[in-house]
Amino acid sequence: MVSLLDIIGPVMVGPSSSHTAGACRIGLFARGMLGATPDKALVELHGSFARTGVGHGTDRAIAGGLLGFHPDDERLRGAVDEAATAGVVITFENTKLRGEHHPNTTRITVEQGKTKVTVIGSSIGAGRILITELDGYPVEISGSFPVLVIVAQDRPGIIAAISSALAAEETNISTMRVSRRQKGGDAIHVYELDAPATSAAIERIRALPAVKHVRAVDRVS
Amino acid sequence: MSYDSMQEALERAAKEGISLGEAGLRAEVEQGLKTREQIEHSLQRALDVMRHAIAEGRKGHLRSVSGLVGGDAFKLAKAKGPLGGTLFTEVLANALAVQEVNAAMGVIVAAPTAGGAGVLPGVLLGLAKSNNLDDTTLIRGLAAAGLVGAVCAVRASLSGAEGGCQAETGAAAAMAAAAGVEVLGGTPEEAAHAVALTMQGTLGLVCDPLGGLVEIPCVYRNATGGAMALAGIEMALAGVRFPIPVDEVIDTMGEIGRNMDVRYRETAGGGLAATPTGRKLAKSRLVELKGTKRS
Repeated sequence: MVSLLDIIGPVMVGPSSSHTAGACRIGLFARGMLGATPDKALVELHGSFARTGVGHGTDRAIAGGLLGFHPDDERLRGAVDEAATAGVVITFENTKLRGEHHPNTTRITVEQGKTKVTVIGSSIGAGRILITELDGYPVEISGSFPVLVIVAQDRPGIIAAISSALAAEETNISTMRVSRRQKGGDAIHVYELDAPATSAAIERIRALPAVKHVRAVDRVS
Repeated sequence: MSYDSMQEALERAAKEGISLGEAGLRAEVEQGLKTREQIEHSLQRALDVMRHAIAEGRKGHLRSVSGLVGGDAFKLAKAKGPLGGTLFTEVLANALAVQEVNAAMGVIVAAPTAGGAGVLPGVLLGLAKSNNLDDTTLIRGLAAAGLVGAVCAVRASLSGAEGGCQAETGAAAAMAAAAGVEVLGGTPEEAAHAVALTMQGTLGLVCDPLGGLVEIPCVYRNATGGAMALAGIEMALAGVRFPIPVDEVIDTMGEIGRNMDVRYRETAGGGLAATPTGRKLAKSRLVELKGTKRS
């Protein structure tokens, strides 16, 4: 579903909705997954991001997103320098990712202390994004909804327990996707929600024995 | 917004006796994520940002990050040619102004993208001035434009990297054509024909920016996109009917985009970007940018 406001918008710093606004949102999502400003980030640019990203300010936009700046924030212009000043070490590299990817794709690995997250995201036009991989698990996240990402052991009843924790707080699930690398191993759950998950729901999910990690990321706009 | 085709939107408009913009607004409300008030508030903000960008760009003091473009909107605002002082030069000046602000990393409204952001405000605010239109009317115009853009997103593409410039300034021109007919009081059918008549003129347009920067020819292509939209609006309101249905024209844009060589899809590998001068200009500016940005 495409929203009118995705088309007449976003309000953003130029020059490119794909290469600047979309790139910033992928950076924001990576920051959200980490839950903090990273100490260190490796930003790998693929396809058109690699070929023309610098001219479009893609590097500044991703750096800005990692710092928590939004696409309409004029500080994006100086975000690479601002990251350096703030002590965030960002390395940019051109890469050719394996498999099928949208032309405007980046793999961002962010670290803060001992926490490390790897995100692959594509900027699919008009500032819209699609996160396609989280820590090696295939996902489909638009960033247009608050999202709950959960890693849990693959066993019966876990989806029911998570959804009932959300239901208890009257949080509606917009979309959900569960994928796993192998049967009985770990599975990744992604719930796109109509409203951010409450801290009570998050605590309840975190307390489930099968659940290993829970990360709530707000919509990135 | 939930229309998969212009036909679907036109049928609803006919059934409920409403304009295309109103059909877009109603569908957006029914999506249930935002109230009508919130949606109109967002569109009002978009309109305000568009106005501000036009005013900034027309002052003529801005230069792009590379220094390759800037100051042309100011020249058009003072145009003394055969069309100087008319709606036509007003649209060109507005479109250039927004793109000059965009290239200078200023704040604009992507509509549908940043690379095509000058066309819609160029046309809409040109008409607002020539025809004394109020903001309520202009917001309906934006909604009509949004509806057209959403159908293009679903059926074709709005990304230069996927579909060439026809998917960015081409789609923007088609959107502006629908907005223009809407605010001038034309029928939904006339708006649809304005979209088709405009888009047939932008089919096949490649995305070939020098050095990959959204500067040359993007800035100028927004101005010519505005001219294309004016042509579509004028023909549709005069009663011209394009024989190929609008949805098929949009599908054609998608089909051409999918078959377009990668050199012509924002990679700076072909078209104007690959001309001797294009390469020379890009090289002289890009090396410098890389050095300063990655430090």
